[in-house]
Amino acid sequence: MLRLLNLELQKLLLNRTSKVLIFISFILPFTVLILSSIKINFFGFFTLELGELGIFNFPIIWHITTFFASYFKFFFAIVVVSMIGNEYSNKTIKQNLIDGLSKKEFILSKFYTIVFFSLLATLLIAVASFLIGLYYSSYTEMSIIFRETDFLLAYFVKLVGFFSLCLFFGMLLRRSAFALAFLFVLYILEWITFGVIAWQVNAEMAEKIQNFFPLKAMYKLIDQPFQRIMITKFPDKSDLIYDYAVHWHEIAIVLGWTALFIFLSFRLLKKRDL
Amino acid sequence: MDTILTINNLTKKFGYLTAVKDLTFTINKGNVYGILGPNGSGKSTTLGIVLNVVNKTSGNFHWFDGNTTTHDALKKVGAIIERPNFYPYMSAYQNLKLVCKIKGVDYSKIDEKLELVGLIERKDSKFQTYSLGMKQRLAIASALLNDPEILILDEPTNGLDPQGIHQIRSLIKQIASQGTTILLASHLLDEVEKVCSHVVVLRKGEKLYSGRVDEMISSHGYLELKAENTDELVQFLEAKKMFGKIKIEDDLITAFLDEPMDAKSVNKLMFENGITLTHLVKRKESLEEQFLQLTDNN
Repeated sequence: MLRLLNLELQKLLLNRTSKVLIFISFILPFTVLILSSIKINFFGFFTLELGELGIFNFPIIWHITTFFASYFKFFFAIVVVSMIGNEYSNKTIKQNLIDGLSKKEFILSKFYTIVFFSLLATLLIAVASFLIGLYYSSYTEMSIIFRETDFLLAYFVKLVGFFSLCLFFGMLLRRSAFALAFLFVLYILEWITFGVIAWQVNAEMAEKIQNFFPLKAMYKLIDQPFQRIMITKFPDKSDLIYDYAVHWHEIAIVLGWTALFIFLSFRLLKKRDL
Repeated sequence: MDTILTINNLTKKFGYLTAVKDLTFTINKGNVYGILGPNGSGKSTTLGIVLNVVNKTSGNFHWFDGNTTTHDALKKVGAIIERPNFYPYMSAYQNLKLVCKIKGVDYSKIDEKLELVGLIERKDSKFQTYSLGMKQRLAIASALLNDPEILILDEPTNGLDPQGIHQIRSLIKQIASQGTTILLASHLLDEVEKVCSHVVVLRKGEKLYSGRVDEMISSHGYLELKAENTDELVQFLEAKKMFGKIKIEDDLITAFLDEPMDAKSVNKLMFENGITLTHLVKRKESLEEQFLQLTDNN
């Protein structure tokens, strides 16, 4: 396993483009997080301090940081898609196989890399949120700090699932640009299907079905936190209450998709003549 | 003799096109084999199948004694297919390091093999800055990293200048002299004739000949004849069964022999039958003529 991971890391880290993209996808969310946590003074007119809003309190901070950090996954998605696209355009995939890498090992080395970077991203976000939380949070009891850390698990699963989807599209289309465009197409398709079901049956049913679609299932893992912030501000508005928790069935759906994407990528490579 | 590769009734179809048809041959240790065939005759497809990048339609093949999986066997094989495929942004050294990681070979081999192909001074230059000849030599170095039991080369001199071709050929001969089995696919006849001891000839995916190169060349040869009365000579040749195909170009008649016969007895035979020859030469085919004959006739 380490051999396969090591192999892929060499391919990625010696390539300047992917090195820059990896750097951006890890450093950028950090910078944003740290910038947003400091007090910004707008030329003496007013001061903006997001910490004052209570968004850096435990346990809501886990929810907020993981939700926003997950938008930076698109940078690494480019890396995932291009690590397949480049293997095809350089024909190195063929050479790798001839040199004695099996098709299974080839897919696994990509998958291990995905898991490795997802884990790294999760750890970084965990540490950053923890430190910022300690600094700002009004509650620092152990039980409160570690409540809702399941958002971290959801974040990790979400990343692995999304990158596996990118991997599959990369294998399917062999070209980075097409694969990225296809992600967008899939997004639109999911909403069209939603629209059709909502029109034919009803919106509630459509929503339930849509929660099983890959992109929506990944999004659903970490629900939007805005409404929750509102609730903390105005606790009397009971009509705002919604279910934002991470559910095991949501994780199961995404893990199911992940397994399917990896399996299909392998099948595709196995059937294909290079 | 140890067998390295056994292929039995291998067939590959791409849709309606049959690229490899019922192919059977064996490769033994210590020889230099050539796979010869015009473009599109199924050479690369055959190699692709045994190297696990192309899926076979039917038939089977096995490496070594048949007890090793293809995946494990490929670690004892060195191969280059078509053009050299490396990561353009990595240096030669880094590219070979990656191959070492795949094959599970010690990094110390890298310098040794780069030395062998004469690229040691350029080992830290990026692959994309290499000339085609250098890329091809790097590919050979890469294929040799694991000191393979067999080296497979597909059109290794394709697209090279004469100097590059010469370098690659002397490299192949040098490797062969060290006892490595080599399988060389090519459409260049003189290349196979110069380098190989055994040959498999393919045409449209079918095997036309397999055996030693010198045995393929040493058919019974052919005669170039001229006589005053050409028609009489042709009639006589057609009547005798020891002559095979007869070609007539102006007054020069070429008759291929189906049985061994020397020039003296031909001359005697003709004279006894009342034909006076004005020209008689006995020749042996070169590999090229033999090959064209094999591939055209069918």
